[in-house]
Amino acid sequence: MTGSAPLSRFLRPRARRVDVLVAALLLLLGFGLAVQVRSTRNDGLLTNARQEDLVQILDELSNRSDRLRQEVATLTETRSRLTSGSGADQAALAEAVRRTQLLGVIAGTVAATGPGVTVRITDPRTQVSASVLLDALEELRNAGAEAVQIEGTRPDGAPGAVRVVAQTALVDTPEGIEVDGTHLVAPYRFVVVGDPSTLAGAMAIPGGVEDAVRRVGGTTDVARVERVRVGALRAVSAPRYARAD
Amino acid sequence: MIPAAALVLGVVLGLVLHPTVPSELQPYLPIAVVAAVDAVFGAIRAQLDGIFDDRVFVVSFVSNVLVAALVVFLGDQLGVGGQLSTGVVVVLGIRIFTNAAAIRRHLFHA
Repeated sequence: MTGSAPLSRFLRPRARRVDVLVAALLLLLGFGLAVQVRSTRNDGLLTNARQEDLVQILDELSNRSDRLRQEVATLTETRSRLTSGSGADQAALAEAVRRTQLLGVIAGTVAATGPGVTVRITDPRTQVSASVLLDALEELRNAGAEAVQIEGTRPDGAPGAVRVVAQTALVDTPEGIEVDGTHLVAPYRFVVVGDPSTLAGAMAIPGGVEDAVRRVGGTTDVARVERVRVGALRAVSAPRYARAD
Repeated sequence: MIPAAALVLGVVLGLVLHPTVPSELQPYLPIAVVAAVDAVFGAIRAQLDGIFDDRVFVVSFVSNVLVAALVVFLGDQLGVGGQLSTGVVVVLGIRIFTNAAAIRRHLFHA
């Protein structure tokens, strides 16, 4: 064993700078070796596979890609259907907005403009009662009034306007009338959206509004207007008991 | 003893940490490892011949690794990286076998 002595010297611990370097290099070698072996084992699957296996793997992959392509087609179709569906949603939204506007005109929550008439009723003797005005209102409604507001002067001199809706109540007061809690004094003025000639005709019916006002000393002045604006609004109150069914 | 322990420690570290090799280094690491193995076999042979020198080992180890990597890099740039890698591996393999044969003769006299 002539080689054993030098070999033991090679393996014997020494501590010089160059030995540290040697140790570091061998550490690096071991590290690289392990890393390389491991990474080869991870991706060596296909490299080491036989040709038949590779063909089978390729078949499977193309089958899978076919399936995925079909899935893409299905999903694309669904997406386009949903997109067109959202178009329908927009139409529904536009319809809902339109309905809201429509119902707002009826409920008095939005302003309304259109052709119509203004009916001015003076009352120099404070004899025009709420019932006369109610008759006028009902004549206007029968004539197809779509939006109505009653204007007058408040007791403090400021102009007042009240939108007329289904619940509107007219009550007599000593100086004039009270419309839904707002005191108004003459002259009164109805601003009405509707067919002007029908509305004007309704005011002029013999024994109707004009005659009744004239009997108590007032005057009625009906003006047909190309475009009137019913701008008085009414606050929306949510119903306490009624629910949409 | 210390170099052998360092080698084992390196292997253990590589197995425990198992870092992913950066993709730029992936073609060079196997060649570098083979070159380093060649240097180690050369060192063992030199030790047995009684002509081992630390500095020579360090220089040959580093230069082996660098030259092998450089050759492969050059091959990659020229579009013959695969063939040059094979060539480097063949040459280093022959050297390793030669050194291994010398070591065998030293240890077993055969």
